[in-house]
Amino acid sequence: MTRLPILKMVLAVIVFGTVQSVILLQFNWFGDEASTAAKPIDTLLDVTIIISSFIFAIVCVALGYALIKWRAKPGDESDGLPIHGNTRLEIIWTIIPVIIVLGLAGYSWAVLDDIEKTDSNALHINAYAQQFAWTFGYPEDGNKWSEGELHVPVDRQVIFDLQAQDVIHSFWVPEWRIKKDAVPGLETEVIVTPDKEGTYSLICAELCGLGHTTMRATVVVESEAKYKAWLNKQTTQVPEDILKTTNQYEADQLKKEEQSGGIEGSGVIEQ
Amino acid sequence: MAAAIRQPGWYRGAIGLVLGAAFGFCLVVGLRLLSGLDAFQTEQTGYPQVIVPLITAPFGFLFGFGAFDYWFRWAAGKPTIPEDHSGHGATKWQDYFKFNTDHKVIGTQYVVTTLFFFLIGGLLALLMRAELAQPGTQIVAANTFNGLFSTHAVVMIFLFIIPVFAGLANYVLPLMIGAPDMAFPRLNALSFWLLPIAGIIFLGSFLAPGGSFDAGWTGYAPLSTGAPLGQTFFNIGVQFAGASSIATALNFLVTIITMRAPGMNLWRMPLLVWANLSTSLLVVGATPFVAGAQFMVFFDRILGMNFFNFLEGGDVISYQHIFWFYSHPAVYIMMLPGFGIISEIISTHARKPVFGYRLMALALIGIVVLSYSVWAHHMFVAGMFSWLRVPIMITTMLIAVPTGIKVFSWLGTLFYGKIHTYSTAMLFALAFIITFTVGGISGVMLGMIPIDIHVSDTYFVVAHIHFVLFGGSVFTIFAGIYHWFPKMTGRMYDERLGRIHFWGTLVGTWMTFIPMHWIGMDGMPRRVADYASQYGDWNLLISVSAFVLGAVQLVFLYNMIVSWRFGPKAGPNPWRANSIEWQVSSPPPVFNFDEIPRVVGGPYEYGTPGARHAIMGGEGEGAEVPETKPSTVTVPS
Repeated sequence: MTRLPILKMVLAVIVFGTVQSVILLQFNWFGDEASTAAKPIDTLLDVTIIISSFIFAIVCVALGYALIKWRAKPGDESDGLPIHGNTRLEIIWTIIPVIIVLGLAGYSWAVLDDIEKTDSNALHINAYAQQFAWTFGYPEDGNKWSEGELHVPVDRQVIFDLQAQDVIHSFWVPEWRIKKDAVPGLETEVIVTPDKEGTYSLICAELCGLGHTTMRATVVVESEAKYKAWLNKQTTQVPEDILKTTNQYEADQLKKEEQSGGIEGSGVIEQ
Repeated sequence: MAAAIRQPGWYRGAIGLVLGAAFGFCLVVGLRLLSGLDAFQTEQTGYPQVIVPLITAPFGFLFGFGAFDYWFRWAAGKPTIPEDHSGHGATKWQDYFKFNTDHKVIGTQYVVTTLFFFLIGGLLALLMRAELAQPGTQIVAANTFNGLFSTHAVVMIFLFIIPVFAGLANYVLPLMIGAPDMAFPRLNALSFWLLPIAGIIFLGSFLAPGGSFDAGWTGYAPLSTGAPLGQTFFNIGVQFAGASSIATALNFLVTIITMRAPGMNLWRMPLLVWANLSTSLLVVGATPFVAGAQFMVFFDRILGMNFFNFLEGGDVISYQHIFWFYSHPAVYIMMLPGFGIISEIISTHARKPVFGYRLMALALIGIVVLSYSVWAHHMFVAGMFSWLRVPIMITTMLIAVPTGIKVFSWLGTLFYGKIHTYSTAMLFALAFIITFTVGGISGVMLGMIPIDIHVSDTYFVVAHIHFVLFGGSVFTIFAGIYHWFPKMTGRMYDERLGRIHFWGTLVGTWMTFIPMHWIGMDGMPRRVADYASQYGDWNLLISVSAFVLGAVQLVFLYNMIVSWRFGPKAGPNPWRANSIEWQVSSPPPVFNFDEIPRVVGGPYEYGTPGARHAIMGGEGEGAEVPETKPSTVTVPS
């Protein structure tokens, strides 16, 4: 191939890729940002959009160029050139994608570490998921309990300890950009630092049965003072019978066995 | 009549079905009564009086239908019915409804059956889109809706995409490698007949008390272990579909490894053969895992085992590990054969050798190896051990590389070619490159953990999977059907209708699935019967486009059915292709070749004057390819 067509194609890719990136970057794809994780994730998305735009442009331009240039005339029964490959080209289009994806993977890893950093003074809140409702316990404030409504202070890291009572649910506040499954028998946690006051939706993102569609809760992010005031007004405590994670469950069983005469009473060691 | 009943066939099959069901039913009820229990048990995870017959009846049918006659006679030391090529070939339409051992008949059976299930799956999707056209509940209640998307996915995956590739390859692959048939023709026929059984079981779940299975096609425990009876239908149906898939894959492996024509070394195999070799390696390695996962759920449900019961020490997450260890390779099972099809079509219609043939073959093998190491990217937010996420992200990102190599090589094939776009097959192949690239890019985005955390379980995932499965796999399936239609039927389809189908499908696909990316990123979760009203307009557009997409498939069906009957004769090689299947008549003779061809060169030697891929039997050096006689071979029975 002579220089000129290559130059034409490169130019077309640059124009196509740039225009597409510029258009796509005009939109706020992931919606409002309301946590410290949102910024780095959205920047990562923007970078990915730009790289993807150029890759898509390469494929489109190459296909379009080939179709314009080498489309057979009707009735033309001759064959194309018997080119079987080009080792240099093949190496290039193996190595460059490797570099791109490894770069993106490294960048993602850095972002992941960043958004999952824990603070020593983080606030712990328990989120209990059951078909088809969310309830919340505030262990640092007398184990208070709220149903269908979650309050958190702004600008302080919150670690939600997720506990599923029956099937798998998933804790998702789109504006926070975080999501984690609540798995029965497993302790999972969500780390998030809300940085914008407001009212949001907590959505169950994992299919959990008939009422999955409606399994939502309100999230209120407010100032520390308002949060405390709200907590003080709450009177109910987390009910005793709310199912615990396996470890706690087993610990409880053990305690019960001990109270009822120890493991010897189980009949296994007795004989 | 008495003779008809003793002969293998539909009468005996029906009797076998009834006897099988009765046996299972009496076994359960009898044993329960003997044990002093009620005859029937109707807990929703129980119903043994329904489930055991559900397993025994299909076997009864298969015995009656004649699937095991030869093997049983042989095992019992009885004279086998003289090697029945009586079951070979098809001279009338009834022959397609028999236990036929001809790979070409089986291929056609597969394709027609799976297209039927494609329609069913599509109708289920349209019902869903009708419900989702507006916020609120209009047409179906939440439980029906959950059943709809679960069966839609299962029917499309297990009864359309995976088996239709097996069907196309069944027809084409033995011809391509110069073999008279598949290595195990009877196993091949059995593989096919397991499919409609699986389909009937899946769809039959709609009749079960509590409705069809509704825990998604993923059937995550513990939602599935406690779900109504329909879930058990899913557990059992997967066993039949999976067994069919595994048996076919073994058959392909043995056929490809041992039955290639003399001269066809590995580097002379067409890429479709490479693709099916790779796919089969995935199927035999991975499919047992989905069978195992569903058995474990089945045992949890029926026998009270506690694989996934966290209160009794079961581990909920392990279900997902086992399930995805199959189901991620499964997406390549659903894509690699399509890659093979596209390579054949682009090379043929661009009149050029496939660019970088060896790297194309190695990329397939690379995908096979890597695809076993990426399953957990479906579980980035599932609460699995967090250290596993980054390594899985890296392998996931890397698997884009061999896939990218394929895309670039197809483009390279087009350069300096003579690109013919009159064929609908080529149009679908070219559109596939672009559409699949979009699916590939969204796949890489999903592989990046921070992005995945936000978009997993949203419509973004729905958009991605449909871009790779519809814009990817289904486009290649259409391309393949159009490409080999003249070979399979001996007649030509209508290119004008083909073009209508192509443009309708292309526009319909983009209009339906592109907006799904947007609403997913903006916060609409998937698998919901209702949604926030802000997504109403987009969902209306998606639903309207989906109906256009559905309607345009009727053009395809009309074209196929009418052309099969009335289309103009196609001749042996309408595309002037080099590979061996085009060197025999259309449709090929019953035993494919009078004399096994000799392979003397690569499969894509376009543009090299005098270069040959294969020399057909009885052909003098340099002579014209003789017309092979159409299928009139009769064999004494």
